[in-house]
Order: sequence, then C-alpha cells, then structure tokens
Amino acid sequence: MTDPTDPRRGANRAFGVLGFGAVLLLIGSTIGLFFAPKESFMGDVYRIMYVHVPSAWNSLLAFTFAFFCAFLFLMKGDYKWDSRHEAALEVGIALTGLMCIQGPLWAKPTWGVYWDWDPRLTTTAVMFFAFSGIIALRHFVEDPVKRATWSAVATIIAYADVPVVYFSVRWWNSLHQMQSSPETVSAPFLIPLRTNAFGVLFLMIGLIMLRSRIAAMRLEREMAPPLPAATTPGLQPQGARS
Amino acid sequence: MSGLGAALSKELMLQWRSRAQWLAVFAFGAAALLLFSFAVGPNYELLRGNAPGFLWLGLLLSSTLTLSESFQAEMEHRAIEGLLLLPTAPHVLYYGKALANFTQLTLLGVGLVPLMVVLFDAPLPRPFALFGVIALGAAGLSAPGTLYAAMTFQARARQTLLPLLLFPLVVPVLIAAVKATSLLLLGDPMDQARPWALILLCFAALHWSLCGVLFGRVIED
Repeated sequence: MTDPTDPRRGANRAFGVLGFGAVLLLIGSTIGLFFAPKESFMGDVYRIMYVHVPSAWNSLLAFTFAFFCAFLFLMKGDYKWDSRHEAALEVGIALTGLMCIQGPLWAKPTWGVYWDWDPRLTTTAVMFFAFSGIIALRHFVEDPVKRATWSAVATIIAYADVPVVYFSVRWWNSLHQMQSSPETVSAPFLIPLRTNAFGVLFLMIGLIMLRSRIAAMRLEREMAPPLPAATTPGLQPQGARS
Repeated sequence: MSGLGAALSKELMLQWRSRAQWLAVFAFGAAALLLFSFAVGPNYELLRGNAPGFLWLGLLLSSTLTLSESFQAEMEHRAIEGLLLLPTAPHVLYYGKALANFTQLTLLGVGLVPLMVVLFDAPLPRPFALFGVIALGAAGLSAPGTLYAAMTFQARARQTLLPLLLFPLVVPVLIAAVKATSLLLLGDPMDQARPWALILLCFAALHWSLCGVLFGRVIED
C-alpha cells in the first residue's frame, strides 16, 4: 500500500503516464517506420508525419488546456491552476517548437522550400511567439500574484490564435494540406498515426503533471512567510542569546 | 459616460503636456521610414511597392515607444491606487487610456503619410479612405497595447517585454493594414480593400471588448 500523503506519489503517477506514452510512441513509430507502406508520391519522406501531426495536435491541446487553466485561475483564484497553466504553456511551446523543426524537414524535399508564408505556417509562427512572450512575462515578474494574473490574462488574449491555426487550412487557400482524418488518410497509415497521437498525448499529460508539481513547489516557497529568527535558536545572533 | 469623458480628457491633457515626447516619437517613426528606404536602395518602383509595409512597420515600431510610457504618470508614486479609489469602474480608466493612445497613434500614422509620399514616391489617390484604414489599424494596436503596457510597466525589462507580447498578437493587424493600404495606394480594381478593412474592424472590436473586461484584473491584483 502506498501512503496517500507521500509527496512522491504524484510524481510516480506522472512517471507512469510518461512511460505509457513512451511505449505507445515506440510502438507507433516502429509500425510507421518499418511496417507502414510507402506513400505513392512522397516515398519515405512522408513518415515524418507520424511525429509531426501528433506534435501539432497535442500542441493545440496543450494551449487549450493552458487557456482553461488561465480562465479557472481568474475565476477561482486557486494557484494550482496557475501551476498547471505554466506547465501547459511550456509543454505547448516545446511541442510547437518540435513541430516547427519537423515541418521544414518534410517541406524542403516536398515543397522545395523549408518555409512558406501560407496561412497555416504563418498562424503557427504567430502562436509560437505569442505564447513564448507569455513565458518571458512570467520570468520577468517576481511577484507571484501579479505573475499569475497577468500571464492568465495574456493567455486568454493570445488563445484567439489557436482556433485560427486549426481552421486556417479550411478558411484560406493553403499550401499546407487539410487536417489528417480517416477521410484524408488511408487505413494502413492511420494505425501508427493514431498510436503516436495517443503516445504524444500521454507524454504531454505526464510532462504537464511533473512540470506543474515543480511550479507548485516554487510557488509554495515564494509565498511562504519568512522564518522568524527567534524560533530558530541555532540561527540567532550571538548577542541576542541570554 | 461622464467618467469616460473625464478619464479621456485627463489622458489628452497629459499627452498635451508631454508633447515633446510625442515629437520624439514622430521623429523616431520618420527615421525608421528613412532607414527602410536605405534597405531597398534608390529603386522607386521597389520603394513604391513596399511603401505600405514601411508605413505600418514605422507606425508599429513607434507605437511601442508611446505605449510603453503610457502608464508612467499612473505608476509614479502609486497614483494608480488613488485612481482606483474613484467611484468609477476600472474599465473606464482603461477606455480613457486606450482612446488617448488610439488618438495619438492615429495622428502619428496620418503624420507619417506625407513623409511616405515624399520618400517613396507613393501615390495618394484616396487619402480619406487611407486615414480610415490608419484609424482602424491604430485601434487594433492601441487596445491590446494599452493592456500590455499596464502589465509590462510594472515588470523588469519592460522595453523588451512589450514588443515581445504585442508584436505576435498584432500580426493580423499588420497583414490586414498593409494589404488594405497597398490596395488603396497602388490600385484596387476589384474593391478588395473593404474585406481587409473589415478584418481590422473585427480585430479591433474583439480586443476593445476583451481587454476592457480583463483590465480590472491586471491593475487590481
């Protein structure tokens, strides 16, 4: 039996979720790299889709979770939402960064250029910099109350870009293809894609759990009142002792 | 309404008293336009084609100077706390400040137009429509800019933080304003400037309402 008051209990659960995600990612990537057929036009280059698309989906999910955490913090004032908000922002930025590295690696042999100013890529770049700015804001504000409130407000405003990123390929004539779904991706490609999507999802959840614990511990330290010198005799100055 | 009028008149009076700073911001915008022309070289066709982009980049860069200082009077000696004690809602203070910033940015944009015409040989067939686009773009910049200025003024490295937060957010304003200005200056046979102006209007409407609601949380905590 595990002790419910053990502070390591939450971390163990997070490592369990991370491990499950890693296993799913390993299985999905193995199927995607070695068993899924070649794509008829792109050949093997398309296989980057098995990490690029899951990164993209989950980055949007992470920012959506950050938005809800920001909203709930402003509504309830509970700092657990601020810790989760910080974690979701950082994980979302990491996934968006990965997506922005994987995308050009695929685009160069397929489109002939690393980057194109099409609506999907432009809105994604805007999303990356908008949320990175909020992380910078969090680093430049020492007061935990102001930091939590201001970054929550900034996240709510910046979130307007997330639906635009998702729908950009439908709203405008985009060089980027439409969202991958059973209608646009044939069955042999779908199994590794979905497995990896769930793998990255569990990795994302595990990382958010771990990162929010770190944020909560830092917050606890920042908000703790300073120790009164008189209650710790070992720390009292020599002259103060009777 | 009288609260908003009082807040706006206070802001405009403050801006009038610090008009030397306004001139410095205008000089900065003018210098930016001059520098952009050096980047392209003395090719009038290229300069004319890029003039709308240069105008909006000049305005955007200058806007950070005006916005970043817009809360100086309120934050010095914690005057904001006195303002919050007034029998008026915080969003009234926000709208007063944002309207004053909007006025300042619109005047700055209109002031940079003659310079753009002279430096880049840009035609000006529909000046009033262009001023309308400048006003819509300034509205899109001033609404989030005022809210972010309230946050960043109290933070470290505010001169870095404000552009870092504001620039990615106002990319839609920049794209729509440059497209609308380009169509107005260089010809618009299909009447495409209107949808771009509509995007500017929607962006401004969204941010003027959202930022007004959230401003109270930013200054009260």
